[in-house]
Amino acid sequence: MDWAQLWEIASEPDNVPIVALLFLVPFYTFYAFRQAFANDRLIGQLEANPAMAKTHHRKVQPWKPGWDREIHVWPFLLRMEFLAAIIVTLILMIWSITLNAPLEEPSNPTLTMNPAKAPWYFLGLQEMLVYFDPWMAGVVLPTLILVGLMAIPYLDANPLGNGYYTFKQRKFAIMAFVFGFLVLWLSMVIIGTFIRGPGWMWFWPGQTWDHNRLIFEANRDLPDIFHITSAPGKGIFGAIVVGLYTILMATFFHKLFTLTPFNRRIYKRMSLIQYVTLQLFLIIMMTLPVKILIRQLFRIKYVWITPWFNI
Amino acid sequence: MPEDLKDQNSGKKGLTALLEEVREEVKVLKEKAAEDVKTLKDPEKTQLYKSIFRVKHDDKPRSRALGVLSNVFLHLHPAKINRDAVAYNYTWGMGGITFYLFIVLTFTGALLMFYYHPSKVQAFRDILYLEHDVPFGKLLRNMHRWAAHLMIITVWLHMFRVFLTGSYKKPREFNWAVGVILMLLTMLLSFTGYLLPDDQLGFWAVTVGTNMARATPLLGHEGPFGAQLGMTPYNDVRFGLLGGSIVDSNALLRSYIWHCIAIPLIAATFMAVHFWRVRKDGGISGPSPVMLESEIKEERKF
Ligand code: HEM
Repeated sequence: MDWAQLWEIASEPDNVPIVALLFLVPFYTFYAFRQAFANDRLIGQLEANPAMAKTHHRKVQPWKPGWDREIHVWPFLLRMEFLAAIIVTLILMIWSITLNAPLEEPSNPTLTMNPAKAPWYFLGLQEMLVYFDPWMAGVVLPTLILVGLMAIPYLDANPLGNGYYTFKQRKFAIMAFVFGFLVLWLSMVIIGTFIRGPGWMWFWPGQTWDHNRLIFEANRDLPDIFHITSAPGKGIFGAIVVGLYTILMATFFHKLFTLTPFNRRIYKRMSLIQYVTLQLFLIIMMTLPVKILIRQLFRIKYVWITPWFNI
Repeated sequence: MPEDLKDQNSGKKGLTALLEEVREEVKVLKEKAAEDVKTLKDPEKTQLYKSIFRVKHDDKPRSRALGVLSNVFLHLHPAKINRDAVAYNYTWGMGGITFYLFIVLTFTGALLMFYYHPSKVQAFRDILYLEHDVPFGKLLRNMHRWAAHLMIITVWLHMFRVFLTGSYKKPREFNWAVGVILMLLTMLLSFTGYLLPDDQLGFWAVTVGTNMARATPLLGHEGPFGAQLGMTPYNDVRFGLLGGSIVDSNALLRSYIWHCIAIPLIAATFMAVHFWRVRKDGGISGPSPVMLESEIKEERKF
């Protein structure tokens, strides 16, 4: 175990935000879910007891008759904002006094940095480059991530859970988002920071970065395994495989989406366009973990090979 | 009585009268001074104060509300707010902190601009100069850097909280989309700033980043169908971004302009819309009373 190597990465000033993320994200996830479960218990009580549902103020926060439901912004909100500004300023001051922003040698196009890493917030994209060609990882997938995010409000037909933390009432939505944000995006950022070394090779945390290391990755393409050699053959074969994958994933998500009576009710509320778009985004999102799996388990690089693009 | 005597006489009389008058004046002045001292103890009554603040600052509900509503910096707030929304645990203050960091970045960024020239000859030296000679230059640069990183973290956490509270649901669908664009702009701001020190770190990060643009479908010379559409390294989208086929002085100037002028202006505009919509969509979404499954109205919302 090379602790010095691990410390070197973790203490690099530009990596401090990621170390901070390692603590902040679990904390806020816990913080949100604790409130969600508290609300879920209240929802359970109210559903079991319609009389209570009629009279209860329906929040876990305390409330007594006679209390105002609204309070003045000045001073109750403004003082919080002021306090937050002071605390953030203090944190920034201390951070800036103790840690210096990095400055490397002057730029030199003839001297390649190894590894040449993107800024940490784009490491997810750089990590995707391992599994997809640049046009997918660098252009199409980021665009789809943004469009997909913007589409969320128009695809989520579930009216419950608007304005309060809950898990029970939005299981599918929350699991999908947590999978995309925490499991796919953030873990890729962390892998890109802590695990990828020279040559973008995989070094376990604490493994020494060996600049001369070579890995003989005998990657192959799916058509090769089936001894398909002609270009049109590969194209047609790939299209069939991708088609099969799409059908399989769509069926899987359909089963998952209509698992509970409540979800079937939400499904009924959706228009065809809404549902198909939702399916599309989910299927495309799943190509990332699927490609990671087939690469790691079977060393498969491309599935679909055409003269113009490879997937 | 001869005229001159009359004068003398009236002169004598005038003197006492004058003294009397002066005494009278002084008394009035004294009273005025006392009155001034009294108003100074209570400055809210002065014309100066009233002209600046326009409303009383006592703790009457009406004054409190007016104090917020009639102030240009505070008027984005409503006068009153959901009593549970001010607790930290609902919004985590993440949107507000993100905005505060944007202000910090604008301020420190403007100060940095005093010392920075976006040219290959000067840029790197300017950073050295900032670090070693400019008073507090190092602190300034560090604060700008760390606030930028922190802003990306808070933007992500803000999005996470908005999702988990379902705050993108009706009627806030559009504001969520505005937010996604703000997140993109925040990340682009950071990215364009990365090249400006003109060191190895930024140079190679931007080289790696913009190399992906080569592969843009249709618009990049290495992308699918790019070659078929006549794309070369000298006319594709990457060329447009860098102002050349390699990361060089044109790329430095372009990223400087995007970083210091264009993206901040665009982001500020979107923020104005974002905050306006938070208000117009009925303020912060919660914490609102929980809704039960039995209360769903059966209608399609598309
Ligand atoms: C530069 C970036 C951003 C700034 C400065 C900003 C600022 C704010 C502020 C101050 C609020 C008030 C409530 C709060 O503090 O949580 C807010 C609410 C909101 N933001 Fe943002 N935001 C940004 C990015 C985003 C992003 C990335 C999203 C989502 C993708 C988003 C979606 C929303 C929505 C839907 C609301 C209303 C939430 C509610 O009513 O509970 N914003 N934003």
